[in-house]
Amino acid sequence: MSARRPVSVTLRVEPGSDLPADERAAVLEAVQACRSLQGSLLPVLHAIQDRLSWVPPRAVPLIAFELNLSRAEVHGVLSFYHYFRQTKPGRHVVYLCRAEACQASGAVALEAHAKRRLGVDFHGTSADGRYTLEPVYCLGNCACGPSLMIDKELHAGVTPARFDELVAE
Amino acid sequence: MQSIADIDLGTPERRSETQVTLQIDGCEVTVPSGTSVMRAAALADLKIPKLCATDLLEAFGSCRLCLVQIEGMKGYPASCTTPVAQGMKVTTQNGELAQLRRGVMELYISDHPLDCLTCPANGHCELQDMAGAVGLREVRYGYAGANHLDAPKDESNPYFTFDASKCIVCSRCVRACDEQQGTLALTIAGRGFDSQVAASQGESFLESECVSCGACIQACPTATLSEKSLIEQGQAEHSVVTTCAYCGVGCSFRAEMRGEEVVRMVPNKDGHANHGHSCVKGRFAIGYATHPDRITKPMIRASIADPWREVSWEEAIGHAASEMRRIQGKYGRDSIGGITSSRCTNEETFLVQKLVRAGFGNNNVDTCARVCHSPTGYGLKTTLGESAGTQTFDSVMDSDVIMVIGANPTDAHPVFASQMKRRLRQGAQLIVADPRQIDLVRTPHIEAAQHLALRPGTNVALINSLAHVVVRERLVKEDFVRERCEVDSFEKWRHFVGEDRNSPEAMAAVTGVPAEQVRQAARLYATARNGAIYYGLGVTEHSQGSTMVMGIANLAMATGNVGRSGVGVNPLRGQNNVQGSCDMGSFPHEFPGYRHVSDDATRALFERQWHVNLLAEPGLRIPNMFEAALDGEFKGLYIQGEDIAQSDPNTQHVTAAMTSMECIIVQDLFLNESAKFAHVFLPGSSFLEKDGTFTNAERRISPVRKVMRSKSGYADWEITQLLANALGLKMDYTHPREIMDEIAALTPTFAGVSFAKLDELGSIQWPCNDEHPEGTPFMHVGSFVRGKGKFMVTEYVATTEKVNARFPLILTTGRILSQYNVGAQTRRTENVAWHDEDRLEIHPHDADERGVKEGDWVGVQSRAGETVLRARVTSRVQAGVVYTTFHFPESGANVITTENSDWATNCPEYKVTAVQVTRVTQPSAWQRRYQAFSERQASLLGEAGHAAKPANGMPVR
Repeated sequence: MSARRPVSVTLRVEPGSDLPADERAAVLEAVQACRSLQGSLLPVLHAIQDRLSWVPPRAVPLIAFELNLSRAEVHGVLSFYHYFRQTKPGRHVVYLCRAEACQASGAVALEAHAKRRLGVDFHGTSADGRYTLEPVYCLGNCACGPSLMIDKELHAGVTPARFDELVAE
Repeated sequence: MQSIADIDLGTPERRSETQVTLQIDGCEVTVPSGTSVMRAAALADLKIPKLCATDLLEAFGSCRLCLVQIEGMKGYPASCTTPVAQGMKVTTQNGELAQLRRGVMELYISDHPLDCLTCPANGHCELQDMAGAVGLREVRYGYAGANHLDAPKDESNPYFTFDASKCIVCSRCVRACDEQQGTLALTIAGRGFDSQVAASQGESFLESECVSCGACIQACPTATLSEKSLIEQGQAEHSVVTTCAYCGVGCSFRAEMRGEEVVRMVPNKDGHANHGHSCVKGRFAIGYATHPDRITKPMIRASIADPWREVSWEEAIGHAASEMRRIQGKYGRDSIGGITSSRCTNEETFLVQKLVRAGFGNNNVDTCARVCHSPTGYGLKTTLGESAGTQTFDSVMDSDVIMVIGANPTDAHPVFASQMKRRLRQGAQLIVADPRQIDLVRTPHIEAAQHLALRPGTNVALINSLAHVVVRERLVKEDFVRERCEVDSFEKWRHFVGEDRNSPEAMAAVTGVPAEQVRQAARLYATARNGAIYYGLGVTEHSQGSTMVMGIANLAMATGNVGRSGVGVNPLRGQNNVQGSCDMGSFPHEFPGYRHVSDDATRALFERQWHVNLLAEPGLRIPNMFEAALDGEFKGLYIQGEDIAQSDPNTQHVTAAMTSMECIIVQDLFLNESAKFAHVFLPGSSFLEKDGTFTNAERRISPVRKVMRSKSGYADWEITQLLANALGLKMDYTHPREIMDEIAALTPTFAGVSFAKLDELGSIQWPCNDEHPEGTPFMHVGSFVRGKGKFMVTEYVATTEKVNARFPLILTTGRILSQYNVGAQTRRTENVAWHDEDRLEIHPHDADERGVKEGDWVGVQSRAGETVLRARVTSRVQAGVVYTTFHFPESGANVITTENSDWATNCPEYKVTAVQVTRVTQPSAWQRRYQAFSERQASLLGEAGHAAKPANGMPVR
């Protein structure tokens, strides 16, 4: 890494002043809603992702400032959980279950089909920007696999045909 | 990597009344309750393998190398996280454990480079040691699998490298940053195989929140975090314990050496002031000591327009002495004087004042404490009876409410700030009284209960209104006051502060602090089980500096917050030895130990020892010397390690005074600003080149040890001795220990101090005498040094430095973490990576009004002068107040400051200057003159054989 000029330790750009308005609002509202909770960082990150569909890394300084944490602390938690996205996904996220029970009932074929249908690998976003495909390990719906979740909606017994229907909707 | 001299016991010490006895591998061990099995074993010299544990940090239990077997317990508990229990039977080594440990090591080594022979940690790598200790012979997994061997290196920090390929993700660095430093700049990003140490959000260390304290490097068990100096030079072969020469915290360090070369400075775990912690200055910024700018040959010249001429020591000393005698012959005995240095050792300071009093035959000696903590000396002596802070640093760990007034510990006293922050994270409450939002007001996991953002110059109004609340809301600790204090003085004070005009409501108009906030703060402090006040130059450097110090002492006494751990009145001293230089009799009116020169018995004592007659009249203070110089009555000055031309207020006045003198002798490492006006230059020695002692803010006398020969040939005490002998004052010390013996013989508070005792105890807090043979961590226990505590009436008197239409803003000044005072040292190190120019902080409102944007050049005009700086627009400062640091001479911060000073001690009012700020396009007239003069002086130095170069790279504007 190059020795770039650092931001001086006392230079205070007001945290969040460089954020787009919607991101700034999402952070501030999330913090407002969760501030009183003990260990409020996780609920705050969830609330932000619920609203923006991701947690922009550039929002971390504002999150840290509002919760009086260091940026490192927020980054550590944000990067630990794969559920939290640090890049903007497609308009919808398809979480495809790869856990044992679903694999035993056709998830492997579904995975291959989904990748082909959307033209992406895991973590990729379809060319039309509609879908991002993510693996997930168990949706707690083992009796009815293969399961997937589109955004927050759970679908059971998903065949390739059903998958096509779902993504066509 | 820890110091080569340190033994790591694995987990931190626990203190307990209860002792626990257990058996480890058949050996009986007795340790305090709460101690870990690992530490108990280490104390019995039984080494349990470990990687993630170190005694600087709380146990973490992640590496699984320290597993043991304990009779009656299932499985293999980690010895680092398992506390000892009475009768416990522990097995640390057997075949089963060996196999487990080998398995763990095998996994570590399967993803670690095998370049031990060329690795900078070679010889002191804990991973390497553990591979040996567990008998690792093969890695069955091979090395071809997924690994981190190509992880990039981060070399952004000027002092250390982060080589992720060598990282074992033990989290020691992360925990050091959290627990020790309290910055929380590091984290483990990702998880599982992807886990890696990240600075802030995965940016370079230099851009991150990292403050470069070095704790992570010390904690790292491998070469992942290594000092660049270690990488370049290789392992040290010996280490010497010495004391840092930067701020008044006085951290103990181990100078790790190869011959006479310093490989690195490692904070000493046994250091009583710092307990193994450090900051970016003491840890890394020592490059100045070997900087090519250092002048190592004596030089003289007839006038400051002449080129410097390198001469022999004999000629330089002879010339200096004959000039001083000539001046005294022509202008009188009192026409010369000396200034001692708060950067030099106690012994050196003592000798300079001895030279002035006994050799010059007058009392014209002063010290740079004049411009920083002289009001502390005066104020605390008057009220409590001793001119020093009341506590030991560790006392803060017993505080429940901490009030910080006019100090910025995280920048100016970083190692103590880390300790204070640790206590605040444990739940102590914080009150900050400061015009500016210093970091402590709100920093990760810490938030001040009250930030009293007062207007500069209104400290006394604030302290009186705090006291008003204590008195009127019946929060006075009556029994303490009755038993410990002068009742008359208390009643007078109680009546005075109780008057309505001192109420927070009445004073709000003066201080700008809402009354309710003052009331809350007063209640918080007064009702705390233990309330402690820490203050800095924001208290002293005012026209009412001494009044404010007494106001603080009043408040502490009234609330019973003196005389035990966790409380007290604590001045945070700016310089390494400012306490010591004051103790050593550097003031014109006091002999060592703060005894007035008019005291016949004391004078007789010194006269007998020194075989001279001494004057009973105080001599000139520094500002009086300047006045006398401008009046033509003061013509010769011997300056030991101080840069008055940069650090004293109203630079143009100072330099006019200096220009009028006939012989200025500057003893320093560099051709500093003052040396540009000098006639004799005596090259001094750095703290690495001499023996002696420094005394820190907690009265702690710590040893300074010579680790290399002096570059100029003489330590500073030897130079003073040469000059004294040339002036006919016989001195024949062969070692500073003999000077300390003389100090001890002459000074009751130092009576028990000797180099031998310092070697034995590590450090000593004075008073050290028959009554306190091992020193005094807490003062005024049981009774005050002066007997009864004395309350002083502290009427608020507004400074004459007032804002008006012409000068509508108040300028106040301070320091920044990476730079130190006039910057003579830190500017000559890589610390400029963090701060390479002084900037003017201005509130967005004031900036808007003037059309000033971030980074614009702005002219700052005061009644005294004008300079030009770049603006930093920030709401850290309040509207109406601007702020700058003063680390770069070309900034000319002191061109603007005025000669206003404390009524009692003449400590300059640096913190309040009425100014106007306007956008400009070129340097000020002063800066242009400064540049031309500096270039001329550099060329005059160049003619003496030194490489000519413009002074300190004035920015092109």
